[in-house]
Amino acid sequence: MWIFLFTELLLFGRLFLVYSVYRLLYTHEFHLAAAHLNRVLGVTNTFVLLTSSLTMMLAVTAIQRGDRRSTLNTLFWTLFLAGTFLVIKAFEWGAKFSHGLYPGSEHLRELPDGEGLFYGLYFVMTGLHGFHVVVGMILLTVVALRVRSGRIHQGDFVLLENAGLYWHLVDLVWVFLLPLFYLTN
Amino acid sequence: MHEPSTIAHAHVDAYANQAHAPQSYSVFILTWVALMALTCVTVGASVYLPGTVGTAVAMAVTPLKASLVLLIFMHLKWEPVVFRWMFLSAVGIMAVFMSLTFFDYLYR
Repeated sequence: MWIFLFTELLLFGRLFLVYSVYRLLYTHEFHLAAAHLNRVLGVTNTFVLLTSSLTMMLAVTAIQRGDRRSTLNTLFWTLFLAGTFLVIKAFEWGAKFSHGLYPGSEHLRELPDGEGLFYGLYFVMTGLHGFHVVVGMILLTVVALRVRSGRIHQGDFVLLENAGLYWHLVDLVWVFLLPLFYLTN
Repeated sequence: MHEPSTIAHAHVDAYANQAHAPQSYSVFILTWVALMALTCVTVGASVYLPGTVGTAVAMAVTPLKASLVLLIFMHLKWEPVVFRWMFLSAVGIMAVFMSLTFFDYLYR
């Protein structure tokens, strides 16, 4: 599982590299474009995701203690928070779309080079991250069903643990995305 | 890790003796509180402090948050040391890529 997580780190790491080079080349444009992102939504989503990491961790601890009920409860909350994250993200992207800002749009093409790049990276990186959230939700649903059917239990919870690791990675990536996109001033 | 459930009990005992013994809930709740507080610090700095200072705070606090997630939530703290080295080498590779790329762009 850790090997897979390392490949994920390099995948996102490369995108962070691209971001930092372009930010160096287009510092001013990046700051202008970042000013249009909704900081409140970005920060709210950070709180949502951090909390979901906590409930995930509590689920692992609960199954280690053989407390199936708490495991299912905390898994439910993790899924609920993941859903909340995606809904907030959808509103945020929706607002950008209605302003004519979406990948390949006319408006985006007319923007100065640096700003267009910023939005391009914004959509690719938060999009890739959002995709990971969706995958994580599917994984967590499978895990929750297996906990309910008793196939994951105190004696064998490797899948739950690995799903947890994956979920924390998703959280980890977002920890870096927040300052890069939402807190650039 | 994949023993049949008939010997699950022995497996639990083996776990109890290893790094994976359950931590208390409070460890994770405290970590979460710290992460939330650090997020507030970063956001506050970016809103109320001048641009470069705010960025500097974010650059200092973000790796700290990442370390908390890795060490506590991803329980790297309780894993064999080799995992930590593996992780650091992945970060090291990224650092090499980063520095080489920046040398190229800054001095071309």
